[in-house]
Amino acid sequence: MTIALHVNGDLHEIDADPSTPLLYVLRNELALHGPKFGCGLGQCGACMVHVDGRATFSCILPIAAIGERKITTLEGLLEDGKPNKLQQAFIDEQAAQCGYCISGMAMRAQALLHVNPHPTDDEIRKHMRPNLCRCGTHAAIMRAIKRAAAA
Amino acid sequence: MPLRRVIVTALVAFILLILAGFAWTWRPAIAPIATGERPNVDEQTFRHGAELAAIGNCNDCHVAQSGKAYAGGRSIPTPFGKIFSSNITPDAETGIGNWSEAAFQRAMHEGVDREGRQLYPAFPYDHFTKATSDDVQALYAFLINQPAVHNVIPANELAFPFNFRPIIAGWKILFLRETPLRQDDGKSAAWNRGRYLVEGLGHCGGCHTPRNLLGAEKKGSAYSGGAAEGWNAPPLNSNSIAAHKWTTDQLAEYLSTGWNQLHGAAAGPMADVTHNLAQAPTQDVRAMAVYIASLYAQSEGAKLATAPRQGKQVTDASLEVVATYSGACANCHNDRNDVGPSKGISLSLSSAVREPGSANVVRVILQGIPQSGVAGAYMPAFDSIFTDQQITSLAEYVRARYTNEPQWTDVRQEIAKGRQGGS
Repeated sequence: MTIALHVNGDLHEIDADPSTPLLYVLRNELALHGPKFGCGLGQCGACMVHVDGRATFSCILPIAAIGERKITTLEGLLEDGKPNKLQQAFIDEQAAQCGYCISGMAMRAQALLHVNPHPTDDEIRKHMRPNLCRCGTHAAIMRAIKRAAAA
Repeated sequence: MPLRRVIVTALVAFILLILAGFAWTWRPAIAPIATGERPNVDEQTFRHGAELAAIGNCNDCHVAQSGKAYAGGRSIPTPFGKIFSSNITPDAETGIGNWSEAAFQRAMHEGVDREGRQLYPAFPYDHFTKATSDDVQALYAFLINQPAVHNVIPANELAFPFNFRPIIAGWKILFLRETPLRQDDGKSAAWNRGRYLVEGLGHCGGCHTPRNLLGAEKKGSAYSGGAAEGWNAPPLNSNSIAAHKWTTDQLAEYLSTGWNQLHGAAAGPMADVTHNLAQAPTQDVRAMAVYIASLYAQSEGAKLATAPRQGKQVTDASLEVVATYSGACANCHNDRNDVGPSKGISLSLSSAVREPGSANVVRVILQGIPQSGVAGAYMPAFDSIFTDQQITSLAEYVRARYTNEPQWTDVRQEIAKGRQGGS
């Protein structure tokens, strides 16, 4: 069955089972490897993308349920092929250790900055809570988000 | 007797009755104490108090927005308006720092604050009045030694006449019974202990018993099911609709871990209760389970027929909802016996899916079950993943697939209420 998906500004015709999670399509069909497979249960946040600007677990979102909504992945945040303000802040703060969670972290943080450009520390912590990092780079991630908000 | 005299007499009698009521329930202020006058507390009493605070779920209502324990200020929705929980940390200015033990005992047993003001029964003193003085003393010892948090509590937002505190005196005359529970020698020690905790500090009836128009628990329908912050609190008696009749072992596991394989996970306000009960002594939680199991025992067994574990074919289901269910839900809620890391169970076992209203199913889809259960039960929040239309279709699909009950008609309404984050 063919399903149309709006991803990073482009329209793609996907031929897949409608119950396929969006994450699989992004990685396997569209070669967008920013989002990662972590738990597959909507529990860790490594697969986080934006659906109409809102941070969403792509591993538990079947493509049948997306409709006209616009999907953005980490790749879609680039501006003229260069890291955007937030991505650059993650680089500047060296927020990645193993890096597996970072795409999800950046997507979740970006969704916050869209609606709240100058969040407090508490607001950042509360918003970022669903995303897990096993290396423990939370302090660097906090700094990166604040750097992006201040830039 | 001339009509005028009848009216005057009736009026005088009425006023005297009201005055008598006030006199009967009027309580003086209890003198404040200075910080240095607080009693010394031994470690054992303190620890006992901590366990009782967990059983009483105190920090659920009295937690601050900031998450600071016992600092209060949480808005409690009632049919009469909003009540803000009080600060029960030992801050002298905004908490109970200048309360003597006598003042605390009176608040717990009679619902009157240190200054003599009537307290709203959102503070469940109709249950706490059953707690022994020794237990209340331990609770006081525990609370008075918490870190003091300066937290000014907003004024309640209640409609007239409910914002007039003295009317609570009338409520108490009608509904507050301060008699202690009498030991039932025909029952086991565990049952008696369990009843004491469930009826007293545990105040389970606060949510699981329906309330009358004046907000009092209907004694004749104890544990027939009530409501809590927009969620249904299911019946704990023969009205139970659980697919399997609750046993003591199942209840003990559920209460202390928030999960049981034949019943699923505690969600919403009950999740907080189980997080607290995880801190309570095992034998106390077991005693509560013994008592609650005895309430269920009067039932004949499953009240509703159970749908097959793998569900039924839903012939009129759309391709989209079937794909959505299979892609988003069935990974965890599989219909086999194996339970994955999120502890999802077959929805054929879920009480929420079997309930007459969709409130709990809608709320658990919207809010999920946060990752703090002892047993590891977890469900992601789907509020930003699915549209209202998709959540409606999903809720109706699981209802049709996993029960033999008539389709819900309240799903959209519950989604609207749930999205407002309120009841």
